[in-house]
Amino acid sequence: MSAIISITGLNKTYAGGFEALKNVDLEIRRGEIFALLGPNGAGKTTIISIVCGIVNPTSGKVLVDGHDIIDEFRVTRAKIGLVPQETPNESFETVWNTVSFSRGLFGKSPNPDHIEKVLRSLSLWDKKDTMNMTLSGGMKRRVLIAKALSHEPDVLFLDEPTAGVDVELRQDMWNIVRGLREEGVTVILTTHYIEEAEQLAERVGVINHGELILVEEKDRLMREMGKKHLTLHLSEPLDAIPSALSGRGLAIGGDGYDLVYSYDTKSEHTGITALLSDLRNAGVHFNDLETSQSSLEEIFVDLVHR
Amino acid sequence: MNFHAVQAIYKFEMARMFRTAVQSIVAPVLSTSLYFVIFGAAIGSRITEIDGVSYGAFIVPGLMMLAIMTESISNSSFAIYFPKFTGTIFEVLSAPVSYPEVVLGYVGAAATKSIIIGSIILITASFFVDLNIAHPFAVATFLVLTSVSFCLFGFILGIWADGWEKLTIVPILVIMPLTFLGGTFYSISMLPEAWQTISLFNPVVYLISGMRWAFYENADVSVALSLAMTLAFLIACLLVVRWIFKTGYRLRS
Repeated sequence: MSAIISITGLNKTYAGGFEALKNVDLEIRRGEIFALLGPNGAGKTTIISIVCGIVNPTSGKVLVDGHDIIDEFRVTRAKIGLVPQETPNESFETVWNTVSFSRGLFGKSPNPDHIEKVLRSLSLWDKKDTMNMTLSGGMKRRVLIAKALSHEPDVLFLDEPTAGVDVELRQDMWNIVRGLREEGVTVILTTHYIEEAEQLAERVGVINHGELILVEEKDRLMREMGKKHLTLHLSEPLDAIPSALSGRGLAIGGDGYDLVYSYDTKSEHTGITALLSDLRNAGVHFNDLETSQSSLEEIFVDLVHR
Repeated sequence: MNFHAVQAIYKFEMARMFRTAVQSIVAPVLSTSLYFVIFGAAIGSRITEIDGVSYGAFIVPGLMMLAIMTESISNSSFAIYFPKFTGTIFEVLSAPVSYPEVVLGYVGAAATKSIIIGSIILITASFFVDLNIAHPFAVATFLVLTSVSFCLFGFILGIWADGWEKLTIVPILVIMPLTFLGGTFYSISMLPEAWQTISLFNPVVYLISGMRWAFYENADVSVALSLAMTLAFLIACLLVVRWIFKTGYRLRS
């Protein structure tokens, strides 16, 4: 799949000397949903802001659909829609006017049919004549998405799209993002809700302290970096790991009734057979067992704390 | 040229003006009318004529310029400061627009408002005094040039300001005194010689003098000098705006 965004050697040092980005290389594939994960202050918003033209890069090159974001800013910016982290809007304007304004600002001729389609898809049609200031927080976020989609962008940046929204709206947002993906829009979202990335993204990038430490297919990442856990539900509780089983990386849980064994799915020998044999020899009996896979959140925490 | 973007900004700003018509139009007309009543009637009864023009008519060009300058600065500084304050400026910065287009949209709308206000004040003045305009084309020229120049100045102010206080401090502490001391209500020639010389360092003197010449062919300085000073101010503002957008000063980090 061809790259719609290509970032090479991107650096950003702010006036105060803070190094927000350190030699970032990243390619976003056309039509994918890409999640950029990282703790607060990691550099996620700086990357987005540079691609969109809000922040000047210190060095490096960014191409959008093959066009340079500085030399050909008109072409690149027209292809991008941005939904910022905050929910700023023109308080005294109506939803219709503010969305129509965005379309004009991005160089498109008026198209009431398209604006209507966008507003309907975001359940905003009933609010089209409502002033922005009277909308709820969730509705204001929808208006920002509508503004970003008003000029029919090829790429949509969603910076923390569900920060501070309720569970129902978050599900709605996810459905909207999936819908855009089906329409061929490339979606790049930053989030620190790992569940969001797990639900939506096809690929994941992890950034920390301005360095992109990993870019990987989400499924592959979870498969390769994730650990599996075998939980044995014991017949009798244990106070401590028996000495015969020490050094196997076992942990006691569930008030002593659970014995948890973590293993690497990629390794040639998981050690499960030997563990079961040792348990029998140590006289530890169990009446049930289950396995589970580590979540993207656990992988993320592991990555950023390395 | 991103014509749609310029149009979008222009229409958006004009809509703001009509939404706040009382503040935008009625307030300056009312305050100008009060100037006529207070200065025209009270002082006019003591000073009957200046350079062959009745005092009430004499202050019309100055009052027009006073209103145009203050409204131009106020409108354009607010137009760019408010999006900065609320955060909506991100959209303009991320849009496929060049800085001349942004300036054209914001300053064009603010200048239009100023020209409308200037014209309304002229009409209002005609109810109080008899007006015979000697050079209507020159009046229009000074009206447009002053509006555009001071809207550009206000635009710069709006970008520079990082708080509401800064936004109001320049119009109140700099522009207003310069305008009052710039010959709005008197001729510079009425001042003692030393003050006449000092007044020539006030750029507003040249603007008011130019407008007064356009009305009555009376001027404190030559009209060519007035025009040159107005154009110089316009060019200086354009250069500063160009520098702001080139460096991203207080807009892009």
